[in-house]
Amino acid sequence: MPAPIRLRELIRTIRTARTQAEEREMIQKECAAIRSSFREEDNTYRCRNVAKLLYMHMLGYPAHFGQLECLKLIASQKFTDKRIGYLGAMLLLDERQDVHLLMTNCIKNDLNHSTQYVQGLALCTLGCMGSSEMCRDLAGEVEKLLKTSNSYLRKKAALCAVHVIRKVPELMEMFLPATKNLLSEKNHGVLHTSVVLLTEMCERSPDMLAHFRKLVPQLVRILKNLIMSGYSPEHDVSGISDPFLQVRILRLLRILGKSDDDSSEAMNDILAQVATNTETSKNVGNAILYETVLTIMDIKSESGLRVLAINILGRFLLNNDKNIRYVALTSLLKTVQTDHNAVQRHRSTIVDCLKDLDVSIKRRAMELSFALVNGNNIRGMMKELLYFLDSCDPEFKADCASGVFLAAEKYAPSKRWHIDTIMRVLTTAGSYVRDDSVPNLIQLITNSVEMHAYTVQRLYKALLDDISQQPLVQVASWCIGEYGDLLVSGQCEEEEPIQVTEDEVLDVLEGLLVSNLSTPVTRGYALTAIMKLSTRFSSVNRIKKVVSIYGSSIDVELQQRAVEYNALFKKYDHMRPALLERMPIMEKTATNGPTEIVQTNGETEPSAVEPKHLPPVTQPTSQANDLLDLLGGNDVVPVIQTTMPTKPASAGGELLDLLGDLSLSGGPAPTPAPSVPTSQPSFLLDGLSSQPLFNDIAAVGIPPMTAYNKNGLKIDFTFERANPNPNIAVITIHASNSTEADMTDFVFQAAVPKTFQLQLLSPSSNVVPALNQGTVTQVIRVLNPQKQQLRMRIKLTYTHKGSPVQDLAEVNNFPPQSWQ
Amino acid sequence: MQFMLLFSRQGKLRLQKWYVPLSDKERKKISRDLVQTILARKPKMCSFLEWRDLKIVYKRYASLYFCCAVEDQDNELITLEIIHRYVELLDKYFGSVSLLNVTCLLKVCKKVCELDIIFNFEKAYFILDEFLLGGEAQETSKKNVLKAIEQADLLQEV
Repeated sequence: MPAPIRLRELIRTIRTARTQAEEREMIQKECAAIRSSFREEDNTYRCRNVAKLLYMHMLGYPAHFGQLECLKLIASQKFTDKRIGYLGAMLLLDERQDVHLLMTNCIKNDLNHSTQYVQGLALCTLGCMGSSEMCRDLAGEVEKLLKTSNSYLRKKAALCAVHVIRKVPELMEMFLPATKNLLSEKNHGVLHTSVVLLTEMCERSPDMLAHFRKLVPQLVRILKNLIMSGYSPEHDVSGISDPFLQVRILRLLRILGKSDDDSSEAMNDILAQVATNTETSKNVGNAILYETVLTIMDIKSESGLRVLAINILGRFLLNNDKNIRYVALTSLLKTVQTDHNAVQRHRSTIVDCLKDLDVSIKRRAMELSFALVNGNNIRGMMKELLYFLDSCDPEFKADCASGVFLAAEKYAPSKRWHIDTIMRVLTTAGSYVRDDSVPNLIQLITNSVEMHAYTVQRLYKALLDDISQQPLVQVASWCIGEYGDLLVSGQCEEEEPIQVTEDEVLDVLEGLLVSNLSTPVTRGYALTAIMKLSTRFSSVNRIKKVVSIYGSSIDVELQQRAVEYNALFKKYDHMRPALLERMPIMEKTATNGPTEIVQTNGETEPSAVEPKHLPPVTQPTSQANDLLDLLGGNDVVPVIQTTMPTKPASAGGELLDLLGDLSLSGGPAPTPAPSVPTSQPSFLLDGLSSQPLFNDIAAVGIPPMTAYNKNGLKIDFTFERANPNPNIAVITIHASNSTEADMTDFVFQAAVPKTFQLQLLSPSSNVVPALNQGTVTQVIRVLNPQKQQLRMRIKLTYTHKGSPVQDLAEVNNFPPQSWQ
Repeated sequence: MQFMLLFSRQGKLRLQKWYVPLSDKERKKISRDLVQTILARKPKMCSFLEWRDLKIVYKRYASLYFCCAVEDQDNELITLEIIHRYVELLDKYFGSVSLLNVTCLLKVCKKVCELDIIFNFEKAYFILDEFLLGGEAQETSKKNVLKAIEQADLLQEV
């Protein structure tokens, strides 16, 4: 049998193969030869064969049949065999296979070998791939070698011990005695590996950490020597002495100094020294500075040192080397919460990094920029961030858009600015905004009462340009549906009003309905908007026509809406204006959930009340003067909601279904449905139980008052200013009953003059217990933009001792602070 | 360090050192994916990236990419220095070994190249194993590493 070819020969041959197939053929041939050679138990060439096998393995070919051969090589007496054998073991074996355990005995023997290089091989292999079982068996040997005076072996043993501890943490204790004088070594290799070992132990065990704290002075001394000592050719890297060791020591100091004042103080000086004296022209110096900064930020350092650290990071940001900039941004992101002001100083540099070419740097710069936005810099920052949004990659746009919305909401200097910013985001990154931003934006727009005309105008113009970005289209259609009258009447104060006719507006909305670009959700918005305009525009016939067409739409959602709207036109035309009136101010809720359980104002409202009030229901903007006469005028809200569930089975039955459906089919967003009153209280009550929140918070300085006190029924008002809108007064009524009988079916209603808007939330209950045993509370929200004197007419109905009681009263004694 | 890979611009692996237990199949998958990711990066981009849940540090030397996967708390900049130190070791070893016994006075400017590592891959591993152990540096002196290799080479039976 001819001698197997040499390794280099094989490599050369394989490299001449011109195609993958040719290579595969060569490899297979050689593998076959190797296999037969293994079968013959050829000792002489085993090493060569395994080496060839390892080469082929690296090319990606299977080599598992060589595993046992590796073990035989390890067991051989020849050094060459052992070298290749151990290499093969590290490459081919892994701890999942039982065969690796066969190595254990060989390694044990080799750990005690007379030649240190053999011992080194064994330590290396154990430290690289030793399984838990192997580690358990051989830990004792490693521990022995950790105490040897041979520095070549000692350093390897230390790292081997690290691996053992990682695999079998319980064994950590046994290495403790050997660590006693590790740091007094002069040999840098041993020092370095010892520091690694100590770091591993301290990270894993708080007891060890406490135990090793006493080493801080020694570590500081070693570090100091490294910095102060002259040029040492053996360990020098670009003028710095053993940067690897310096970095490791700094890292260990970080762990030891964390949350410990004394240790932190002991290392203060050396940290300052390293921070100021290290050469920064090359990467190696910056590597040390980086580690120093990380340490300073983590321990209990004094503020001067922290500022120094942040300034170093700031300088890093200006470095030409993008790796350094990357590292700086990452670190600043970690510290921005704790050292906010210091990081703010570098804001402009950070913002410049938004224009960097590297994707990772851009992402970090963006996150950091958002973290730095505050009330003072919002305008400038937003400009930069919006510019970034325009030009960044799609993967960033969603996050950036969300960030912009959040920042704008927190720090917007003015309503107009806020709306403009939103517009900008919607028009430039409209398709990337998150789904929940649409309802958030709508709520925001509703609350900016004075900006309605401006907003709807801008949104309309945006729609004319581009209808492909769904969130933009949805918000725009909702606004047009809501404020279309302002649009057509050209009332805009903020900018030049545009001339647009009702037909043009309807054209646009109809265009959305038919366009292929619109999603079903968007179509729903558009249809509802068109419907709403039926009470704001005069071209009702056109709207009727559109709505009836969609009564047979394939899209079930659209069809349902159209059918219901049709019904509104036909049978319930008298209800239409009330249902489609302007939306009131919405409370921002934490859960932002869609319509939950519909809560109504009083289940057993006597039906006598409602028919009277339906006919005179008109739009709030109508001239229902002397509203104090008719309670129906302004508190459309409570009336309708109370009537809902109690509708008798006749014509009301369908009405109930109709309204019930309408409130629930409010589409994906909670509020853009036709303004069904029932949806409001639940929306407002999301996350709120009506009384406790408002009851306990007495108004800041606004005294409570008694509004009504007759026949044993007493009603008190307590006040609060609602945030964020100071024009809203929140009044909580507390009804108490001093008679001996309960007052059941208690309903409280209120009306206010035309310049106010009123909102009544659900009461806590409709039974006022006798003898002041409890109170019924209910929250009223009054919007008073013109700051006029608050007046209110209230109507109370309840059943007392079997007979119904009804009373009207005027409340004029509101304290001035409640409406000023 | 969790692993180190050396690969060519064509994506061929020249060295793979794993410090975490993974099956052959898993190693192959990781190598393939990571190599592709790095080869797709433009030259101006920075040497660090986040890949899966690892921090990757890589640098290109001539036709070879040196790529390390490090843990969260590892210092990326010093990892670059480790890579550089390894390259220097390879350079010193392959650049001068052939001349050691001939003329010590003549200095030939031979630098290590990919071919050296291809044809002497086992030596590349031996050198790495004298420099790193278990993913950490065991010797910070260039001289000592090279001395150890030299001595070990002398032990090799002919």
